[in-house]
Amino acid sequence: MTSRSAFIEGVRAELPILVGVIPFGMIYGVLAVSAGLPVSVAQGMSVVVFAGSAQFVAAQLFRSATPAVVIVITTFIVNLRHLLYSASLAPYLKHLDWTWKALLAYLLTDEAYAVAIIHYHRTGIESADWPHRHLYFLGAGLALWLTWQASTASGILLGAQIPAGWALDFTLALTFIALVVPTLRDWPSVAASLSAGVVAVAAANLPYRLGLIAAAIIGIGVGLLTESRQSAVGRPEGKAP
Amino acid sequence: MSTWLIVLAMGIVTYLTRLSLIALFGRIEVPSLVQRSLRLVPAAVLSAIIFPELLRPGGTLDLSFANVRLLAGLLAVLVAWRTKRVSLTIGVGMVALWILLGLS
Repeated sequence: MTSRSAFIEGVRAELPILVGVIPFGMIYGVLAVSAGLPVSVAQGMSVVVFAGSAQFVAAQLFRSATPAVVIVITTFIVNLRHLLYSASLAPYLKHLDWTWKALLAYLLTDEAYAVAIIHYHRTGIESADWPHRHLYFLGAGLALWLTWQASTASGILLGAQIPAGWALDFTLALTFIALVVPTLRDWPSVAASLSAGVVAVAAANLPYRLGLIAAAIIGIGVGLLTESRQSAVGRPEGKAP
Repeated sequence: MSTWLIVLAMGIVTYLTRLSLIALFGRIEVPSLVQRSLRLVPAAVLSAIIFPELLRPGGTLDLSFANVRLLAGLLAVLVAWRTKRVSLTIGVGMVALWILLGLS
């Protein structure tokens, strides 16, 4: 595989995912503007943070005038999953120099990761396109980056013209439902989801929106406990119905 | 200005989680407890946002049938579970909310 074709293959693999990213980006733009963020900050967040779920949550937190520290910690928790992606891609990128590693880390999103890791698993560590495999990731990552910037920008432009009566803020909950429900395939995940949700409702009146952070930590703890109980009774791969 | 500083700090913590293991590969091993915790992060965090949006729409707990966001949200859960389609889930949920808002 040539360097050019590796890049184009990466772009092409990303295309089907972009169809779903466009409305997501537009909804973020609408929410950010309705939360009172200036246009420059709303779009700047897409460039600087470049993480859909975290930007959604931040827009909501900005709306309720949450303290800066809580916004940053919440962003960190929402984005912790990138540690997993970073760990799983690392062996395939270990031969690159620092500039490449720094650039590809910036482009490491859920959507680029999903496409790249499937390709890397299929081709294996020592495959023939080994010298160019980072270009596959670059293609997927840049395609997503451009789409995200364009779609959030169009949402921001639209946002000011959409009346509050449309209740578009509800798309936040709906988007997260669409993302979470399909991942609840085992009991530890179900337990983490339910316990975090219940704690978040019970702790909603805590100051500085600390209920969100408390709920996430307790949910993860309950999930881990469920997991260890499962392996204790010899069902390490227990599946939810 | 301070809003920009918050966004910048958000960008830095996000970038560090992405760069972490790509940069440190071969030098540190991620403990298995950390790996298992990370797997549960999305379910826990996103649920902690969803539940209050559905159960406390006006700022107080509302489990009645008059809570249209709860009803539309439950329908969306069903659609997400059966179809796994993001845009369909959002579309059905929004249309359900608009219909229920119109009826109430």
